[in-house]
This record gives sequence, C-alpha cells and structure tokens, in this order.
Amino acid sequence: MTVFLAIGVTTGLFLLLAAVLLLAERRLVNYGNCPVSVNDGDVAFDQPGGTTLLVALHDHKIFIPSACGGKGTCGYCKVTVLSGGGPVLPTETPYLSRGEIRAGVRLACQVKVKEAISLTIPEALLNAREYRARVRSVRSLTHDIKEINLDLIEPTDFVQHPGQYVQILVPSPEGPVFRAYSISSPAHETNVAQLHVRLVPGGIASTYLHALSEGEHVHFTGPFGDFRLSEDPETEIICVGGGCGMAPIANIIASLYTRWPERSCYLFFGCRTTRDVFYLDRWQAYTKRYPNFKFVYALSDPLQTDETWDGETGFIHQVIEKRLKPGVARQAFLCGPPPMIEAVTEVLTGKGVPPGSIFHDAF
Amino acid sequence: MNTTPALVILIASILTNNILLASFLGMCSFLACSTKLETAFGLGVAVTFVMVCTTTLNYLLYQYVLVPLGIEFLAFILFIAVIAAFVQFVEMFVERYSPKLYYALGIFLPLITVNCAILGASLFMVIRQYNLIQSAAFGLGGGIGFWVAIMLMAGLREKMGYSNVPVPLRGTAILMLITGVIAMTFMGFAGMISMQ
Repeated sequence: MTVFLAIGVTTGLFLLLAAVLLLAERRLVNYGNCPVSVNDGDVAFDQPGGTTLLVALHDHKIFIPSACGGKGTCGYCKVTVLSGGGPVLPTETPYLSRGEIRAGVRLACQVKVKEAISLTIPEALLNAREYRARVRSVRSLTHDIKEINLDLIEPTDFVQHPGQYVQILVPSPEGPVFRAYSISSPAHETNVAQLHVRLVPGGIASTYLHALSEGEHVHFTGPFGDFRLSEDPETEIICVGGGCGMAPIANIIASLYTRWPERSCYLFFGCRTTRDVFYLDRWQAYTKRYPNFKFVYALSDPLQTDETWDGETGFIHQVIEKRLKPGVARQAFLCGPPPMIEAVTEVLTGKGVPPGSIFHDAF
Repeated sequence: MNTTPALVILIASILTNNILLASFLGMCSFLACSTKLETAFGLGVAVTFVMVCTTTLNYLLYQYVLVPLGIEFLAFILFIAVIAAFVQFVEMFVERYSPKLYYALGIFLPLITVNCAILGASLFMVIRQYNLIQSAAFGLGGGIGFWVAIMLMAGLREKMGYSNVPVPLRGTAILMLITGVIAMTFMGFAGMISMQ
C-alpha cells in the first residue's frame, strides 16, 4: 500500500512540477524572432529568441571558434556586440581585458539572443566553413603523438594560412564538442589537412582522434587564427615549439620554403627526453636543400643512461638566448606550454624582436 | 516540537551553526565561486533567496503531504525535485521581469540547484522539527551564513593574490586550511547562543 502511495505521490509531484515549468516556459521565455545583423548587414537573419549567440551564428553557418563548446571556459568565441547584448556577465569578465569590455567585445556563448542584435566579427571568420573529411592515414610520431592525415571530401579543398587551426567535432556523451588543432600540412596542399594529436589521458578529443582508423569520417570547422607570415623576404622567421607544438611550425616552414627558397628561418624545438623527438630527419633534409634554414632541438630532462644525444640540453629559451644574435629583423611564432611561451617571449624581446612580431599558440 | 525562538535560530544559524563553517555543506560552490568579491556577493544573495523559499516550500510539502500520508521517507528525493524546479522557475521569472536582477544573480541560480547546503537546510529543518516560522528563519539564517562565509573567503582570496603561498599548498589545499581557520574563529561565538 505504502509503495503505491509513494509512487503515486512522487509521480504526481514530478508531473506537477514539470507542468508548472512548461507553462512558465511557454509564458515567460518567449522573445519572438530577433533580427541579428553581422558586420553592418553583410549577413542578416531572424533568430528565434532564447538561444545563445554562438548557437544562432552556428545555425547560420558562421563558425566562431570555441574550444570548450559554449561552456564559457575557453574564451575563444569573442565577437564585438554593437547593440542589444545586455551587460557583460561575470562569467565573461575573466576572459576580457578592460579595453575589450569598453569596445563591446563579448563571449558569443554567453550572450543570449533576446532582442535585435548587431555585431561585428573579423572578416576571416566569415570564410570559415564546415568540412567533412576522411582519414587517409595515421602514423605515430612519438609514444604519445600521432600524425593524422585527412582528405577533404565536402568541400574538397580549402584556403588556409600557415599557423591557422581547425576545430574538430568530437562526439561525446554530453553532445558534440569542438577542440582546436593546428594544421600541420603546408598551405599549398589545399585538399588535405594534417593534424598532430597528443594523447591526453582522459581527454575527450585526443582519445577520439587516437582511436580513428583509415577510412573513417571526421567533421571540422575552420580555418581559424590570424597569424600572417611576413611578406618581406629580409625578415627572418623564428619558430619555437615545445612538446606537441610542432604542427603549426611544420606548416609555416614548409609553406615558407615553397614560396621563398632563400628565406632564412631558425627552428627551435624543446623536448623532454629522446622519446619525444620527431621530424629530425625532415629538418636535416631541409638544411641540405635550403641553405638559410637552421634548426636545433634541446632536451630539458637529464639524459638517462640508455639515451644517446649529441644535441643541445636545457630549456629551449636558454638555447635561444645562447644561439640568436640580436638586431636582425624577425618575426617569431611560438607554440607550446604557457611557461615556455612566457620565457621565450622574454628572451626574444631582449633580442630586439618587437612584441607585435611575436605570435603564439599556448596550450 | 522545537521551542527555540525563531530569532535565536536565525542568529545561531549565521554564527554558531553556520551551514558552511560548522556543517561544511556547500563547499563546492564555496570554493569555486569565491575568487572575486563581486561574484561571491551574487552567489550569496542567490543562495539566501533560494534557501528561504525552498525550506518554506519543503516544509509545506513535508507537513501537509508527506506526514499525513505516512511517507516521510520520500523527503529526500522530493526535496531535491522541489529545489530544482523552483530554481528553474525563478531563473525564468527573473530573466523575464527583471533583466537587471537576472544579470546580477540569474547566472548563479543553476549552480545552486546542486548546492548541498540548500538540501541540507531542508533536511535539518525536518530533523530538528521546526515549525513554519522557525523553518523560514533557519533558511534565512543559513543563507546569510553562507553569504558571510563566502564573502570572507573571497576577500581573503583577493588579498592572497599578492602572497607567496608555499608550492605544495597552492590551490585547494590552502583554501581548505583557510576555511578551517575561519571555522575555528566562528567557534568563538559558541558561548553566545546555542541551538538544537
């Protein structure tokens, strides 16, 4: 008897609460259609109110980068809202500088569409598209990094600039999420995208990507990122990478020498142990073919007894400090863990590289 | 029946029986949302509001539905459902009618659904056999107690940005130590008022 009573009361109460909520939703959360205007009316559409700006833009094929999938934890989905976004929320302030707040920069994933909204986004983002690709091959570079080669199917080719990244759609139990990966294939190979993926224990995206096998399909959006190679042939390009930060650098160097075989370029790459070293043979071949290309790898951990290494040791910023002569016009691209980026930026600034010429991808 | 006056319950649940510092409930949002005073303030207001309302609602549910039918054992699950639904409702209501208030506290509301201090207050109310007035006072006091504690923590954390915390203690470890110290200072109030 009590059992039935308990079931009855529980069901009754749940139904009552659900009904109240449904009714409230119907009555309260109804904003009608809200006009959204992007870049002074370049793109304009009506969006049923109540969704976030990120979702609204995504529904209309405008792909704003977002690594966290709209949870407000990555700070990538910045757009400039000119009118109609409401005040800046406490969930956004950690990702915005004072200047950005004054300029109206917001996180698209936190802004809800409730009224007419007018916003601007960088022109390049309008070029980002959604792609479907097939895995052509997967190769292990080190014990935890894989090189994944994708053939584009739909659309069949894309325009990318060295240093840019794509956002891979990763299925997960809580719905699809996006994770950013740099493109490591050179820009002139327009129908392939190559990624380097380090396996992060427990990581949703890296686990998914490491489990991919030939022939499987992958979806991604992109390309994103605003790094531009200097067109001035006299400017030396400095690339500094650490860990699995080789991907954008491989792209930059390959693209650079396809276009300017005489350009001078210096690659610094930091690893922990000999287990993490890869692409050594590729860069050796480059030095033979391109006289102005130089590279150096450095190991930061002390050598084990069974390891042999004839290159540099120590942290990569110490090697740069030692090797680089000051006073040359340079553009630098750094990709690695934040402490490395910080240390290297300091060294490069000391060598006379203006901060505006130092680009970085921290992860 | 519990005969403690409502005013005593109110003050006691702020100082001597602080839900966070004496019962250590609601630690998750306490640690996560205490980085800035402003955020802590918003969360404190939201918790106080929700706690007063849900203890009252749950009191009515318990006394007028569960007790007469003899199914008090359902209290746990039904309290949670009421809290979740109430929070959802308030969020929608506030968003619609007071955008300003929504931006001040609306975004903290979903966090509160899963705050165990809220459920804890409802369960204490049952265990301690409060009447309606006492329950409301307890909810109010519990909320203010949480508010006070999280504001104290946020103030300290803002200052702590300048201090050199020993490496092994950085992050949650130092926060737990600080919480313990604040809890001990609150024990100084113990002689003032006692509450069952």
